[in-house]
Amino acid sequence: MNVGKSVPRVDAYDKVTGRTQYTDDLCPGDALVIRVLRSTVANGRVLSMDISKAQAVPGVVRIFTCFDVPKLAFPTAGHPWSTDPAHQDVADRFLLTDRPRFCGDDIGAVVAENEVAAMQALRLIEVEYEEYPFVLDAQEAMKDGAPLLHEEFPNNVLGHSSIRIGNYEEAIKEEGLIRFDDWYDTPTVQHCHIENFICTARMENGRIVVTSSTQIPHIARRVVAQALSIPWGDVRVIKPYIGGGFGNKQDVLYEPLCAYICRELGGVLVKLDMPREETFTSTRVRHAIRNHIISYVRPDGTFVARKLECFSNQGAYASHGHGVAAKGMGAFPQLYPCPNVECDAYTVFTNRPVAGAMRGYGIPQAMFAVESNIDDIALRLGMTPMALRKKNLMPVGYTDGFSRNVNYYDSFNQCLDKGAEYIDYYRKHEEYSRQEGNIRRGVGCAAFWYNTAVWPISLESSSCRMVLNQDGSIQLQLGETEIGQGADTAFAQMASDAVGIPLERVHVVSCQDTDVAPFGTGAYASRQTYVGGFAIKQTADILRGKILSYAHELTRMPVEILDLVDGNIIRRTDNQALMTLAELATTALYSLDHSVHITAESTYQVKSNAYSFGCCFAEVEVDISACKVRLIDMINVHDCGSLINPQLAGAQVHGGMSMAIGYGLSEQLQFDPKTGRVLNDNLLDYKLSTTLDHPDLTAGFVENPEPTSVFGTKALGEPPACPGAPAIRNAILNATGVSMNTIPVNPHRLFEAFCKAGLINTKEVN
Amino acid sequence: MFDFRSYAAAASVEDAVRLLAEKPNAVIMAGGSDVLIKMRSRDMSQVDVVSIYGLDELRGIRLEPNGDIRIGSLTSFSHIEHDETVNRLIPVLSQAAGTVGGPQIRNIGTIGGNTCNGVTSADTASTCFALDAIIELTGSEGVRHVPIVGFYLRAGKVDIRPTEIQTAVIIPRDSYENCFGHYQKYAMRNAMDIATLNCSVNVRLNADGAIERARIAYGVAGPVPMRAGSAEAAVCGMPAGEDAAHIFADAAIRDINPRDSWRASKAFRIHIAHELAVRGLTESMRRAGATI
Repeated sequence: MNVGKSVPRVDAYDKVTGRTQYTDDLCPGDALVIRVLRSTVANGRVLSMDISKAQAVPGVVRIFTCFDVPKLAFPTAGHPWSTDPAHQDVADRFLLTDRPRFCGDDIGAVVAENEVAAMQALRLIEVEYEEYPFVLDAQEAMKDGAPLLHEEFPNNVLGHSSIRIGNYEEAIKEEGLIRFDDWYDTPTVQHCHIENFICTARMENGRIVVTSSTQIPHIARRVVAQALSIPWGDVRVIKPYIGGGFGNKQDVLYEPLCAYICRELGGVLVKLDMPREETFTSTRVRHAIRNHIISYVRPDGTFVARKLECFSNQGAYASHGHGVAAKGMGAFPQLYPCPNVECDAYTVFTNRPVAGAMRGYGIPQAMFAVESNIDDIALRLGMTPMALRKKNLMPVGYTDGFSRNVNYYDSFNQCLDKGAEYIDYYRKHEEYSRQEGNIRRGVGCAAFWYNTAVWPISLESSSCRMVLNQDGSIQLQLGETEIGQGADTAFAQMASDAVGIPLERVHVVSCQDTDVAPFGTGAYASRQTYVGGFAIKQTADILRGKILSYAHELTRMPVEILDLVDGNIIRRTDNQALMTLAELATTALYSLDHSVHITAESTYQVKSNAYSFGCCFAEVEVDISACKVRLIDMINVHDCGSLINPQLAGAQVHGGMSMAIGYGLSEQLQFDPKTGRVLNDNLLDYKLSTTLDHPDLTAGFVENPEPTSVFGTKALGEPPACPGAPAIRNAILNATGVSMNTIPVNPHRLFEAFCKAGLINTKEVN
Repeated sequence: MFDFRSYAAAASVEDAVRLLAEKPNAVIMAGGSDVLIKMRSRDMSQVDVVSIYGLDELRGIRLEPNGDIRIGSLTSFSHIEHDETVNRLIPVLSQAAGTVGGPQIRNIGTIGGNTCNGVTSADTASTCFALDAIIELTGSEGVRHVPIVGFYLRAGKVDIRPTEIQTAVIIPRDSYENCFGHYQKYAMRNAMDIATLNCSVNVRLNADGAIERARIAYGVAGPVPMRAGSAEAAVCGMPAGEDAAHIFADAAIRDINPRDSWRASKAFRIHIAHELAVRGLTESMRRAGATI
């Protein structure tokens, strides 16, 4: 058995030796270069564009202005297409726009023979704008009279959804309740995958071939075709290895523009390799969500009634839209069920960069609010945060009425206990709550709730193909994509066990080429290992059936007593190996009696779903007068079902924890209030955390096999990024008694908070 | 691809001087870790580049017969960080060089580039200020020596005259002898960052344990690196101890003029400047043998 073992990644050697080919490696050097002209106003209209000087730059091939392209709106979200128009994503993007809605919006494009000519031309284009007032804050944007971004959405509200449980207004009349009213704010952050967005396009026999650093090749094909209004089969998308995506590449970004320009230039090879600065401003970001929580609690810590309002900053276009805030809101009444709940989530257009999918999809924002709130309430009630958590936590057997997800085990308590024991939480939390002096330590904890996969909201299916080679090895193809997380390796392990052949005999076709790859909607929602498992098992059974049937022809033994184990045809009655799969496969292809190419292909439609649970514990040392937090120790504990590959699972957790550290302590996009421009569109001023800002990261697991999964597995892609920020924040609370309700908790915010709390005396300077 | 008009690599210092005479507006490039980044923006497009990176004669650290330490301008940060003479005689400079960027930047970046760039945040600049470094410049008119305080004219502008390149940074003997220093970089993360504020302190104690001389220089406390003269004067002759550190810091923040920007508020920078002065002098005094 290979599932459950820490086998090396199937792509490890090529990746560490630099042999792995990414989009740019696959692009010949003579490609024409595309650079996008970006709006310098946050809200307005392009009145005119003078390209005469730019056109004169040697090497410039063609300049497209916003007035040159067809006015055909298309959606960009990497969601499965819905055949029901009511459930389709908002189509609000054009190839280029004359109505820019944020600084960095796409208003023109230069095609040149090289990068320098393209850059020089961009600088020489003269743009005349009509400027409108702009708005950067979601709640400001909802006010009457605020600048309106899209006519169809009054008060800039893209989406509003609610949850009502019990009777909140009645419940709060109970005597003796204590009311808590708090706000928690999260920043706009960016994915910062190491490979910036890049795509190329060329035409072949009348069709457009797009190679793109994307998580969602089949969706990209659909959107390119929609944007260009051409038959979907006229587009072929190739997805090679990619240098990370984290959800940013779960949107269709510039593939349509690249394909359009290629076609307009007669099908020549064009490349759009986005600089880091533009990846920051003009691809996608995480929604900044402001949460308002009101809780009515009995003195013993029982939640009687709770209210949540979420204001999600969508930026200028719909992209993934309201789904992100709605998902975050959905966690609130489930993580700590309460009989009377009112929730309202608003997703609001503003003139910020466009928010889309990012690892966690609303849950990191929600967990920062919900889990910080638990520690704040506990402190004021005089309870320990752990006691308050455990008193209200989702109980075993809890079932979501909509998704039918079930909390089958006592995973929450098991994870919390494991993490608490590792970090010695109870003793330290008590001891640290009574400190004096400038250097203080603290421990903090946060749990998280995460829903695997997408069903029943949208389509959930997985397709798999297996092709048997002469030597008894197989090619394994799936629509699910490798984006650095190790999906190919997990799939190979599953296929090896499901078919009955050694791991090294499974050749994963990593690249998805929509001409030949099975259909699949791609990498998102931490779903691939879960949904891919069904298709792999089902397809393996079909392949085994064909192999054993052929073995019957060759051995004259009944199929019922044959088996395929470790690459050998076994007679189960006496465990004798009758022939190798290689012998069978060679015979099958070259037999003069019965030649057959043994292959199997199937689609599995998934109609189940699973909760993924876990928690984070962090220990910090706060240097109060220096306004600095040092992370001393950190552990995430996950129940993601049975581990397919423990080492890869650990690596996945480490990556998520790293993201959470930046989210909690340092990362934020900053905006110039006067212009709406992003101030820190580079990796120097945008404070992504580095390895020297991390303690040794520990990944712990509670392996409760997921009953609905063939391999007992469930989500681990996004969950590791969800609980870290509130755990660190709660550790700072434990150390200093100061509630930091806005992340990142950077030295600037600590300075202000410590001054306010009287921990720092500011110096009088004339 | 970089947007420059011409590129010439100098074969010697004389050759560099000649090339600069031919192209008076040329940008001098050493390791390129600043220049190549700037070339991505409109401000430095279509320039003539004169690279001096190949001039090995400007690499290395030498203890001169008179006790001065001569650091060739192309000496990399990692070289300075690990150099035996620097670690023995001016470990505070090794400390400062070790905080620049990340390992790759420290391998390519040079002390000459760091100081010629003219930015206030340069990690080695404040230590050079605190050590009264002398900048050596070579041009068609010959060799010139300028105290580093005078070398910085304003933000982004240093006193390099036409045809000149910086050839050395000299730390005079009296400047380091019996001195003990401490460098602190205050940044938003522990690597790959520029300083929000930085502070280099050094102190010389006399036989009685009193402060004979204390020096402090800041980066990012003003448009260019700067000394805090009244702080230095305030503690002269005081016994080494906590009181001295606080008097030092109280005076230091009156000497500086940090600004409000989106990167940090003035109030925050002043608070941190005070904190760094206290900690910097305390640690320096400890290194000088004081018990605090």
